[in-house]
Amino acid sequence: MGHRQLTFHIFRYNPEIPKEKPATVSYVLQEETGMTLFIALNKIREEQDPTLKYDFVCRAGICGSCGMLINGKPTLACRTLTKDLPADITLMPLPVFKLLGDLSVDTGTWFRDVSLRTEAWVHTEKSFDPHSQEERMDNETALNIYEAERCIECGCCIGGCATANIKPNFIGAAGVNRVARFMADPRDERNEQEYFDVVGSEDGIFGCIGLMACDDNCPIGIPLQGQLAYVRRKMAVAGWKR
Amino acid sequence: MSRYDHFTSDVLIVGAGLAGERAAIEAATQGLNVMILSLVPPRRSHSSAAQGGMQASLGNSTMGKGDNTDVHFADTVKGSDWGCDQDVARLFAETAPIAVRQMSAWGVPWNRVVAGTRMYDGKEIHEAPEKEGLIAARNFGGTAKWRTCYTADGTGHTLLYTMDSVVIKLGISVHDRTEVLSLIHDGTRCNGVVARCLRTGKLRVYTAKSTVMATGGYGRLYGASTNAIINEGNGMFVALETGVVPLGNMEAVQFHPTGIVPSWILITEGARGDGGYLLDKDLRRFMPDYEPNKKELASRDVVSRRIMQHIRKGYGVESAYGPHVWLDIRHLGEKHINTNLREIANISRNFTGIDPVHDLIPVRPTQHYSMGGIRTNIDGMAYGLEGLFALGEAACWDMHGFNRLGGNSLAETVVAGMVVGDKIAKYTKEASTHVSSAQIEEHVRFQEDRIQALIHCRNGKENVYELRHQMESILSENVGIFRSKEPLQNAVDQLHELHQRSFHIGLRSGGQGADPELASALRITGMMKLAYCIAGGALARTESRGSHYREDYPKRDDEHWLKRTLAYWPTGADRPVLKYEPVKITELPPGDRGYGEASAGAASAKR
Repeated sequence: MGHRQLTFHIFRYNPEIPKEKPATVSYVLQEETGMTLFIALNKIREEQDPTLKYDFVCRAGICGSCGMLINGKPTLACRTLTKDLPADITLMPLPVFKLLGDLSVDTGTWFRDVSLRTEAWVHTEKSFDPHSQEERMDNETALNIYEAERCIECGCCIGGCATANIKPNFIGAAGVNRVARFMADPRDERNEQEYFDVVGSEDGIFGCIGLMACDDNCPIGIPLQGQLAYVRRKMAVAGWKR
Repeated sequence: MSRYDHFTSDVLIVGAGLAGERAAIEAATQGLNVMILSLVPPRRSHSSAAQGGMQASLGNSTMGKGDNTDVHFADTVKGSDWGCDQDVARLFAETAPIAVRQMSAWGVPWNRVVAGTRMYDGKEIHEAPEKEGLIAARNFGGTAKWRTCYTADGTGHTLLYTMDSVVIKLGISVHDRTEVLSLIHDGTRCNGVVARCLRTGKLRVYTAKSTVMATGGYGRLYGASTNAIINEGNGMFVALETGVVPLGNMEAVQFHPTGIVPSWILITEGARGDGGYLLDKDLRRFMPDYEPNKKELASRDVVSRRIMQHIRKGYGVESAYGPHVWLDIRHLGEKHINTNLREIANISRNFTGIDPVHDLIPVRPTQHYSMGGIRTNIDGMAYGLEGLFALGEAACWDMHGFNRLGGNSLAETVVAGMVVGDKIAKYTKEASTHVSSAQIEEHVRFQEDRIQALIHCRNGKENVYELRHQMESILSENVGIFRSKEPLQNAVDQLHELHQRSFHIGLRSGGQGADPELASALRITGMMKLAYCIAGGALARTESRGSHYREDYPKRDDEHWLKRTLAYWPTGADRPVLKYEPVKITELPPGDRGYGEASAGAASAKR
């Protein structure tokens, strides 16, 4: 089987050297069977340009490190097969997040900030007793929590969100989904009014203008549209009660 | 402007996976100032990739009825092939149920018992109504009872996110994108680390009363590994390079039976636990021939060897990536696959373009876990340096011996985090700081010199990526599932030469700022040392135990080898020095594991 010659047009910029202007640099590579962008980028770095920066950790679509714009679409590079792309491939870093260099952006700091602002942990007055049996939970409830908990914080929903691109403090679909995860959890004792203080604002659920690119771009298929609607409905009701 | 930034804390934890974060929480809740360093944002740690589950003898599920800490202890010791310290295995088994329940209280959405009847492997299972809503368990290899608690196949993900939410809530400082280069010490006491910022490339100094290595395993020494690419054994080699801290049982390398071909991503043991079969090229289920009792769920070392043995007999499926076997989960049905095994369905679809609802999954045993690591005592204190602790996969605590059971690594991270975290806190409260600026300066200057030599190609122009690929293939080809004297000797000889060549690396990139080639070059010599310890330890150990299988010495030899390898690398030496210590037997004298080669000798004759 004859393989194609691929041309990668990759965004290059090192914020540590601001006098060097951003540029797009092209690299040519022979396609191989089963080639992913993880394999391709490593080949480019090892054989052509050892200064190229990008982020991979699990390389299996589980950890969320390698979100980037692949021919304009925000998605995970590790599980993108080159055979599903044209021979000309443009790679850009995700917008919104701080650029660390080339394709590497600082999603970690962004998501930590959102976790802090939404207080994304179980709020409870109960203390843990190591000697008693666990509290019971309905398995359906556990699965519902897991459905929202599955978010891998890759930032693809944020990078593709028009509001997040123009409003620096908007928590985006990932932030709202994180809140939905705790709303669904009976162990979290916060009431709707307390949640309202966290997400009932223009930086939270009321900032969303409903373009739904988040839902289209989520690489692991979290039903973000449904989660947004769920939180918006709850907060609208909580808002009327104020 | 200072050449480096300096940070101080009471407790410095290197690694933000489950083990590091759990220990950090323990120390912080006891009032200590804790700082965590991590290569990547904490939630990207390799803990997040663990799919299958966490063992704890809750005994809620029908198939776990009668389970208790004694049974969990016995399974762990048998699984280890009597290579573990039994006092550690006992402490572990006793604490695991508390650890699982605490994670539940903190927010992990464990799957729960649903009352009613369902089919499993041709049998009906009835879950009792009085157990409804308690934490459920699934079947895993090498266990007498169903004991593995899980959240679908995202157990590590939910544990890590929950753990990290507690770290955030407690306000513990995390410096991510920070890589440790060396330990600051005076030969008797560890006082902190020299690190490099992976955002700017700048050096940093972190000093603390206690320093904790929780950096995970070394899977990436082998090219084909299920591990994340950050699992390069950093914590282990910086400890080894002190010259005084030994690594325990480095030759004990676990191969997971089901890495997907050819990306070597893990297909969780949960797939077999939930009823998946292994098939050969004739689509025949072969494991019952070899292991009539446990079948696909003998322990991992045994299943991995049986697959390779069957492939060697000519029953492998030929492919461009070498022979493999099939994993069949089609009979579990679309609903089960798309909920309880969703991650593996996604991996199969995205990386090989097959749908396990309708297709067979190509699998082959793949490097997966390092039982060896920084040798510690039962309190998690490293041998050789005061003030240094280690836990999780980076450590040889040692509850896994020569083979770890599935579900016991997640359990170890959390349990050791609780137990060792408490010991760290107690130690730190009594400790004082001993570091001098001259000592810091000496360790910083050493790293600055290394970096300058690499940038200016002062010692040569060896290519770091070439050396690395050579190391990977030497280990994969010579120090794999089946081992014997000649290939092991070859590996040792070649690694000796490669280690010497690693001193002559020169950069092509210029090495400025957060240069990725410089990061690789700074790691490679330490990685070579680890590879050398693995191959050297395997060559010396003339017996078969757990994952260490010598074709020229196929039997376990308790008379001579009921002992742990300690690999030292004295400062300035060009090879490791191996010493040994006895394994601690407290309750369960060495015997038959009840599965595996010793108890199923007739299997090969059957065919």
